[in-house]
Amino acid sequence: MARSFNGQVLFLDRSDINTDEIIPAKYLTEIEKEALKSHLLEDLKLEGFDCNDEQLKKARVVVSRKNFGCGSSREHAPWALEVNGIHVVIAENFARIFRQNMFNGGMLAIELEQEKLDSVFALRKYGVVNCTVDLPNKTILFSAENGESLSVKFSLMEFDETLVQAGGWLEFADRNY
Amino acid sequence: MNITEKIFRTHLRDEPFPGTKVLSLDLVLCHEITTPMAIADLMERGKDRVFNKKKIKAVIDHVTPAKDSKTALQGKILREWALRHKIKDFFDIGANGVCHALFPEKGFIRPGYTVIMGDSHTCTHGAFGAFAAGVGTTDLEVGILKGVCAFRQPGSIKITVTGRLQKGVYAKDVILEIIRQLTVNGATDHVIEFHGNVVAAMDMEERMTLCNMAVEAGATSGICMPDEVTVEYLWPFIKGEYANSRKKALADFSRWHSDPDAVYKKELKLDAGRLEPVATFGYKPDQVKKLKEMKNIKIDQVYIGSCTNGRISDLREAAKLAKGRPLAKGVRGILSPATPEVYRMALKEGLIQIFMDAGYCITNPTCGACLGMSNGVLAEGEVCASTTNRNFNGRMGKGGMVHLMSPAAAVASGIAGRLTDPREITRKK
Ligand code: SF4
Repeated sequence: MARSFNGQVLFLDRSDINTDEIIPAKYLTEIEKEALKSHLLEDLKLEGFDCNDEQLKKARVVVSRKNFGCGSSREHAPWALEVNGIHVVIAENFARIFRQNMFNGGMLAIELEQEKLDSVFALRKYGVVNCTVDLPNKTILFSAENGESLSVKFSLMEFDETLVQAGGWLEFADRNY
Repeated sequence: MNITEKIFRTHLRDEPFPGTKVLSLDLVLCHEITTPMAIADLMERGKDRVFNKKKIKAVIDHVTPAKDSKTALQGKILREWALRHKIKDFFDIGANGVCHALFPEKGFIRPGYTVIMGDSHTCTHGAFGAFAAGVGTTDLEVGILKGVCAFRQPGSIKITVTGRLQKGVYAKDVILEIIRQLTVNGATDHVIEFHGNVVAAMDMEERMTLCNMAVEAGATSGICMPDEVTVEYLWPFIKGEYANSRKKALADFSRWHSDPDAVYKKELKLDAGRLEPVATFGYKPDQVKKLKEMKNIKIDQVYIGSCTNGRISDLREAAKLAKGRPLAKGVRGILSPATPEVYRMALKEGLIQIFMDAGYCITNPTCGACLGMSNGVLAEGEVCASTTNRNFNGRMGKGGMVHLMSPAAAVASGIAGRLTDPREITRKK
């Protein structure tokens, strides 16, 4: 399953964004992933963020702070990102279940140290930021509208990287167990 | 070795990469919100199978009776799947209750077990000395199909609670204080181990309350040492297995105990005597304050129930205060006994009568209002004194505020119409 890990960045400058904020519980009655599409981040209250904004539609990568995806185990959260074309979340750290759900679906949850993350956030002042994830070389290139850019290294557990390459945990488990 | 390491060692199926452990599972628990998508995906892949029908338990609990066609369909998918695969332990309407109260009550959870469920509060079952973790739908799906789940080896945090709890202070206050100290991500990728004389003196229901909220500190699970209390709780289910000898059962359970020289990433000591009744005040479960410091917060609703505090001992404690003390004018009270068995006992003991006399609405056992899906959703701007475990913005209804607290504190707040330390009510008599 080829996934794109590149594109426009959506900055969510807050810690502890929970899965209720990513996709509210009332949509958990849906049994089609597509039905989640228009409700992504619907209940998120964050200064400068509007879930109806064009920025959200254009976003392909989310950059946030600490403990992203905490709370409910709902895989509907990664799915809501997925159906909106967002296959990468970059944060200082993640809640365990959310992080695993991302890799289990063949998507990326990348952790960056606070200083690196601060520099990424600093790029915002130069306009729209795009990012390219080079998985084999564990490098992310962020480039702002005005030409300013930043390259950062990241690390992944071998297992998580394998899941991304395999297309997810089901594919991997089915082959191996 | 600590208890989690022992469970990991005995269940290790594979270590595909350094730091990743694939465990074989003793139980895969299912409910109607997160399982249908797994079932649908398995069917689509032509792999509609289960690894072991005896190790799979399922319940319709989150929205039951169904509130609309979508929730009816979720129930239907789970029901037909359980039937198709001859899953005997499937609990449908009339026999259903909140998963983390129902499954332990049925004697399914045993020390040393590995348990997963598509639900973050699966950590509740750690009260039995099991490794029990909430997972997403894909992990659940693989669990159903293959009976395995992959984990990073978690570190362990040892929390020792000593001394004596004051009157009006409960397991709920203890865990809220622990979350306050650890913060909402202070235990990520760790298991919280509960020790100390206070925990040893707790019954299984109190231990479940402790472990239930471990995930609110980010923990993979909470866990308690299985002891005489565990043996006693499970006795009706295990006496055959141990040839009617409690001693044998205890000896068997004890092998899981953390060794005296076990290693911990972090240790925390708590003096129970210093704890007071508390509640949360914001949208994060680590925002915890003494109730006596929040007296001016008016409430619209009291909610007693959930996998945290909807068990019989919770109802008993709550009823002590509710007896002869009606809800304040303008305050709605909702009581959801966590399981049919809890409901039955509460009826028999006259607790339901007490709550009804105090003005409470009694619902069937369900998650209902806890996750804002039915049975008591808040309106914008409304405030609820709740015995549940999560106070996120919008959790019980968009624009609502949830204050988490013990059942006694919730009842006390209902009587006063504002957040209230339960001791304030009992002092008055
Ligand atoms: S009672 Fe609430 S927290 Fe517990 S399983 Fe149900 S929805 Fe989740």
